[in-house]
Amino acid sequence: MHQIGKSIAALAALAAALPAAAASPQPWQLNMTPGVTETAQAAYSMHMIMLWICVVIGVLVFGAMGVAMFRFRKSKGAVPDTTLVHSTKVEVIWTVVPVLILVVMAWPATKYLIAAADVRNAEMTVKITGYQWKWRYEILDYKGIEQPVNFVSSLDVDSNRARQGLKDPADVQVDGVNTYLLNVDRELVLPTDTKIRFVITADDVIHAWWVPALGWKQDAIPGFINEAWTNIREPGVYRGQCAELCGKDHGFMPIVVRAVPRAEFEQELVKMGGTLPDTAAIAQAPAAPASAPSSGR
Amino acid sequence: MAHATTHTHDDAHHDEKPQGFLDRWVFTTNHKDIGTLYLVFSFIMFIIGGAMSGVIRLELFQPGLQWVAPEFFNQMTTMHALVMIFGGVMPAFVGLANWMIPLQIGAPDMALPRMNNWSFWILPFAFFLLLLTLVLPGGGPAGGWTLYPPLSLQGGYNVAFVIFAIHLMGISSIMGAINIIATILNMRAPGMDLLKMPLFTWTWLITAFLLIAVMPVLAGAVTMLLTDKFFGTSFFNAAGGGDPVMFQHIFWFFGHPEVYIMILPAFGIVSEIIPTFSRKPLFGYQAMVYATASIAFLSFIVWAHHMFTVGMPLGGQLYFMYATMLIAVPTGVKVFNWVATMWRGSMTFETPMLWSIAFVILFTIGGFSGLMLAIVPADYQYHDTYFVVAHFHYVLVTGSLFSIIAAVYYWWPKWTGRMYSEFWGKFHFWWTMVFVNLLFFPQHFLGLAGMPRRIPDYNVAFADFNMISSIGAFGMLITPFMMFVILWHSKKHGVKAEQVSWEGAKGLEWTVPSPAPHHTFTTPPKIDDRMLAHGDVAH
Ligand code: HEM
Ligand SMILES: [Cu+2]
Ligand SMILES: [Cu+2]
Repeated sequence: MHQIGKSIAALAALAAALPAAAASPQPWQLNMTPGVTETAQAAYSMHMIMLWICVVIGVLVFGAMGVAMFRFRKSKGAVPDTTLVHSTKVEVIWTVVPVLILVVMAWPATKYLIAAADVRNAEMTVKITGYQWKWRYEILDYKGIEQPVNFVSSLDVDSNRARQGLKDPADVQVDGVNTYLLNVDRELVLPTDTKIRFVITADDVIHAWWVPALGWKQDAIPGFINEAWTNIREPGVYRGQCAELCGKDHGFMPIVVRAVPRAEFEQELVKMGGTLPDTAAIAQAPAAPASAPSSGR
Repeated sequence: MAHATTHTHDDAHHDEKPQGFLDRWVFTTNHKDIGTLYLVFSFIMFIIGGAMSGVIRLELFQPGLQWVAPEFFNQMTTMHALVMIFGGVMPAFVGLANWMIPLQIGAPDMALPRMNNWSFWILPFAFFLLLLTLVLPGGGPAGGWTLYPPLSLQGGYNVAFVIFAIHLMGISSIMGAINIIATILNMRAPGMDLLKMPLFTWTWLITAFLLIAVMPVLAGAVTMLLTDKFFGTSFFNAAGGGDPVMFQHIFWFFGHPEVYIMILPAFGIVSEIIPTFSRKPLFGYQAMVYATASIAFLSFIVWAHHMFTVGMPLGGQLYFMYATMLIAVPTGVKVFNWVATMWRGSMTFETPMLWSIAFVILFTIGGFSGLMLAIVPADYQYHDTYFVVAHFHYVLVTGSLFSIIAAVYYWWPKWTGRMYSEFWGKFHFWWTMVFVNLLFFPQHFLGLAGMPRRIPDYNVAFADFNMISSIGAFGMLITPFMMFVILWHSKKHGVKAEQVSWEGAKGLEWTVPSPAPHHTFTTPPKIDDRMLAHGDVAH
């Protein structure tokens, strides 16, 4: 009894640790994680659907090859059937069946893609600007109110020392998790359960903003403003990196998002000099709806 | 149709090779010698490009920066790719085309032999310029082989050198392609109808059209980079009203057909080898030809699948996703046809067959990951990670490169008149199989766990698979030397090869002696349909 109780407790602890596992890469990790947003879940589902379809097709095709190589070898006295060179029937089948499989794949992919493209009804807008080699974050508005938050986030001191050989990369840790090259001096704090719209651009060369747990990456292009959105379901610290070659320190401009419950976020926001709806109401200054940055050019 | 051109001099001195080194190799107009030159050149480039990948994998062996600075690391990835693609794979296929197309269609030589000489001799100069950048102030190009601005324009002198080198490679490729088209369309022996041609010749005919269509596009794109950098234009400079994403569209309009330029001839090669060692004609010959043509057509209309994260409109993303997925259909047809060729055959597993079978399996794995990459919602995660690096190495290394190695083993007896050691050929194969998969398979996991590509250093969680991958790379690095020794030994001490060096081999190339004389088919051969792999057009 006692034993079982212990195992259950261990399992529960493991399950509790799982969301955290999605937050940063694990040693020997083999697969994509489902992440903490709808978009990440969609990417994960599509990935798994595709993977299994490919595995099944692979088993069939390589299986047939294996059988052929085993049964039809000259050393076993196989005589070639030189008339087997054409068959309209099977050729039609192996053209049409793949088309049907593709339709099966395209259907959910289309559905998810349409959902991912819908940036309407966001409660908050964050502007991200890529620089060689750091990120600038500006919280433009929250609940329709303009916000003054604007800061730069770059590689943390420990990682920076380790990359210069002044520290062992293995010793760069936060709470026992290795954060070498995945930690910053200032995190981007975001609320959970809030649809957040990002406008993304760059100042010098092209970068790409990517946090795997959020499920997408989006290029940051000088002279362009790209849009994306997220809605984080679980509080946590989510780590990512620049995903477009941007020069010598491309590997050294990480991204850290700390997602916290809304109430906590609002406290943080006020600390950063932001304004909340109720305080705004008191001040009798209903801010004009933030002028939406135009998408495209 | 101008079949075999008239030849005024008599056949007796036809096997005389020019004596001096200069006459034999530098001024040569002989398709076989030029083919050899191309193959030797590409072999050297594979070693140079391989050495560069060795530097990359050495730095990635462990977390932390141990061996090279990030600037130099980026130069290595960029140069590795340029050298492998334009110096390794493409010239190897052109070399095989030079050697084999005239032999396969019963032509005495290429249609434009002098231009042929020039096409080749441009290449050493182009690559001299390209490699020279490594020792220039500021070093070599470091913006990735895709040369995306504005980053690529941050380079120093190397920008001009690289662009000029690319222009030269383009000129060489276009001339080579014109020559191949002219040869295939005009110089086939009487009776060698288009639909009797061997598949290697067919795939090269289609590839040559792709080359002529897209190399000028690349030349245009890099010329715009050049004027942006040095002459004050703003094609790709947003501050001057230009558009950096336009470069990506133009580049990939070249780049996607380019990847098919590197794989269609490979399809042709395995379509020759698998029937030979299955002792059975290729299944669905015509379907193979049509599938090749439709892949070539589709390759022009899918380019933006490399750009799903640049911020395209929804409609554009959907279109490029659907179009890309469609390519799986003709590609599938090819794989099914190869399997059906083996079915009810009488198979043996000599070295070329082993490489071809591995090609079918591993290329298909690369195709699977390609299909996964086409799915936009998932590509939002895969894009620019090691998953992509794994994908394109499965299609380029275990695809294109394996087919080249298979072709060399397959036609070697015809070229040199000697057999190589089957034992060592198989040893080379199995060695490569182990290490190439150690090298590239774990990269799928790295990408899925979140490791971006083109980074010189990484989080400790990625350490284990990176180390395995690097061990695979070190095992791979010695394979060119292994192959060299096997072939050198064969050339010096190999058993004499017969005219038909493989029991099931069919096609005109096996109707000339081994080694193939310096001049062949000076009078067009009489075509005997039973000697052709595809003489019977009924199928
Ligand atoms: C032993 C063989 C090879 C090894 C060990 C190897 C290794 C690598 C490595 C480590 C990278 C860098 C990945 C990154 O940092 O993002 C790379 C990139 C690349 N390789 Fe290879 N490779 C090999 C053969 C080839 C061949 C034969 C080709 C082409 C025909 C090729 C084409 C490329 C391309 C196109 C890139 C992308 C470069 C870029 O990001 O701009 N590789 N390879
Ligand atoms: Cu970057
Ligand atoms: Cu493509």
